[in-house]
Amino acid sequence: MAANLDQIFILLRDWLVGFLPAALRPATGVVLGVIAIVCVFPGLFALTTVFERKGLGRIQNRIGPNRVGPFGLFQPVADGIKSLTKEDVVPLSANAAVHFLAPLVLVVAVFMEFAVLPIGRNMVLVDMDAGLLFFFAMGAATELSVFMAGWSSRNKYSLLGAMRAVAQMISYEVVLLLSSVAVVMISGSLSLPKIVAAQDQFTNGFPHWYIFTPWGLAGFLIYAIAATAETNRSPFDLPEGESELVAGYHTEYSGFKFALFFLGEYLAMFSISGLGTTLFLGGWSAPFSFLTWVPSWIWFFGKVMLSIFVFIWLRGTLPRLRQDQLMNFAWKFVLPFTLLNLMVTALWRFMGEGWQRWVVCTVILVAAYVVMGRLEMRREHFGPRSYRYAE
Amino acid sequence: MLGDGILKGMAETAKNFFLSYVSKERLTTVEYPEHRIPTVENARVFPFLVYDGADWEAGLRCVACQICEKECPPKCIYIEKSTDKKPDFVGKQQFYPARFDIDVSVCMSCQICVEVCPFEAIKMDTEFELATDDRFGGLLEDRQKLAKSNEYYHSIHPTEATEVDARLAEEKAKAEAKAKAAADAAAKATAEASAAKAADAPDHAQPTPKPTAEGGS
Amino acid sequence: MSPIFYLLAALTLAGGLATVLLKHLVHAALAVTIAFAGLALLFLQLDAQFAGFAQILVYIGAVAILIVFAILLTHGADLPKEGVFSKTWLVGLIIAAGVFAVLGWAVLASVSAVPQQNTMPAVTVHDIGNALVGRYVLPLEIVALLLTAATIGAVIVAMHEKERPR
Repeated sequence: MAANLDQIFILLRDWLVGFLPAALRPATGVVLGVIAIVCVFPGLFALTTVFERKGLGRIQNRIGPNRVGPFGLFQPVADGIKSLTKEDVVPLSANAAVHFLAPLVLVVAVFMEFAVLPIGRNMVLVDMDAGLLFFFAMGAATELSVFMAGWSSRNKYSLLGAMRAVAQMISYEVVLLLSSVAVVMISGSLSLPKIVAAQDQFTNGFPHWYIFTPWGLAGFLIYAIAATAETNRSPFDLPEGESELVAGYHTEYSGFKFALFFLGEYLAMFSISGLGTTLFLGGWSAPFSFLTWVPSWIWFFGKVMLSIFVFIWLRGTLPRLRQDQLMNFAWKFVLPFTLLNLMVTALWRFMGEGWQRWVVCTVILVAAYVVMGRLEMRREHFGPRSYRYAE
Repeated sequence: MLGDGILKGMAETAKNFFLSYVSKERLTTVEYPEHRIPTVENARVFPFLVYDGADWEAGLRCVACQICEKECPPKCIYIEKSTDKKPDFVGKQQFYPARFDIDVSVCMSCQICVEVCPFEAIKMDTEFELATDDRFGGLLEDRQKLAKSNEYYHSIHPTEATEVDARLAEEKAKAEAKAKAAADAAAKATAEASAAKAADAPDHAQPTPKPTAEGGS
Repeated sequence: MSPIFYLLAALTLAGGLATVLLKHLVHAALAVTIAFAGLALLFLQLDAQFAGFAQILVYIGAVAILIVFAILLTHGADLPKEGVFSKTWLVGLIIAAGVFAVLGWAVLASVSAVPQQNTMPAVTVHDIGNALVGRYVLPLEIVALLLTAATIGAVIVAMHEKERPR
């Protein structure tokens, strides 16, 4: 029964495909998978928008949206109708073709990322040998769409936003890649289902998730920072800093195209959370061995939604960084630490089983963190701020 | 230690998140159309015209001097002066506004019209639900819509209204005293004049008329 | 030679031609990404996943963005008044033809030098990794050294010059 529930979507697909002639079956199966992804994740996006607004409200001691439907749950429907019925304004001097293509490129590239994510046991659309590389390749394409949007709008805010966004995404993509290379070094595979399978083991009831190792914890934290920057979420939301740039690269977008950008951003959040879950949090595997009867896809979505909650929590807490702080942080702190983490991972790999490697790796990482943190803080002068004119 | 500030901040927001479900006192906002926070006394949204007495048209304090119209930065006031006059609160004959329109959509609530009015005739209202679905007519308030009684003014800005009333009463008293003094003086003058007339000869020097229009134009 | 190959070849060629022929510099930069994407798809069509994705990651994700940044930072996005076609097009054509001839010769020579294989070799990422740090480790390290030197050079060029006393 539990096994059937775990595989319910696979069984459903096979049952539906069974009605067709044998020649059409593989193609139809893939199409059904694509349809599922295209339906489920935008649905999740709609729910997330309202949860985000409610969560931010609670963080600021407000109630949040509660007018449309019970507890404001139909808010995304109202928002969707609003954005669909709005006029689609294209600036007169905009580069119309590029302006039109930019949101499409973004959404298509982001949707492609879901193709390699293992959503549950056996539930991956394409099991590619180089799945991780595919994910990052698609992520790289989103940068281009951001640039296209910013440049084609012919607006200073858009262009500035796009320049910031691209500079930020390139800087943090290096970190994102290198932090996941650590996982590849240990699991020995670029295929995401294989990475999850390597973590789906239990010792004394506890799982072998990579986050429960010194290098995995460090890698996960670095990955989380880079993922926040990569999805342009607060505190790294300089590209669309409302107080400075109106809305950054999508200033000149309205109506449905704006909705597409919005969708693309949230889908990128889901996909990058999904990848983080897959790499460090054991993907669809259960957190304890006695909970393995719960369907695997529930674990995956639970972990993704938990990551999304952390994203919202961070957004409600941290103020926006300055551009030089952002770049200094990426190149002078996170990147060296990531490189060190790679070395520690190699050490972990070659020290063999035993408690020694735990001690050595933890000591190196903690010492490096403390020393680098001290060095980083040395230049900062904390304390009451003085203003030249305001007092 | 690098990063402990972030953890502290996140603990604070987490506390807000969970405790806002538990204690209602934490919530800083109210659910607006059902619950309202009473407006503070100094609130100001949009001007209105004060009238005394029961009849709004007769009691309008405005004398159509058009100072507010000239001072209004966004030029949202339009006044047409009347051709006839009516007595104001001290009984003096004054013009009154035949038309007095303020455009809600243009007004920026700066209160300059109130500051410049020498007659305490225009004051700021606290009514803020001015939205309307009539885009042209609904946003242009005429003098009947703008006219609100002094009692209403007292109800929204009690302190300020009392001060204004005291000032007006003082002014009225002064005016009455002046009128009385003038009447007394006139009576005295006439009495003296008649006495003098009775005493002296009637050959009092006539005042020469002022020479006017010397060169022409 | 399947129809998919011809489709992808046409896409790549169209992208390349558009890069050369389009007047607007940013359009040309976007067209070159189409050519890169077509090339990546050709790799994928040959079942070379790693090469294909690396092509997308490096060329579309980094090189195209670099080109675009260079255009924007040098104010080159505006159309020049005297037209975009160079006066020395003949020299350019000769150089291009020379490069093409050398590359073509190299490809044809290698075809005759390497024995023809009828079965497609199954190359996994694992094999590529082993080959890179095994047989080809020296070239890899040389490339790494070169790139490091280039990065350090770039940093030195970009560093603030200290104000010298005059």
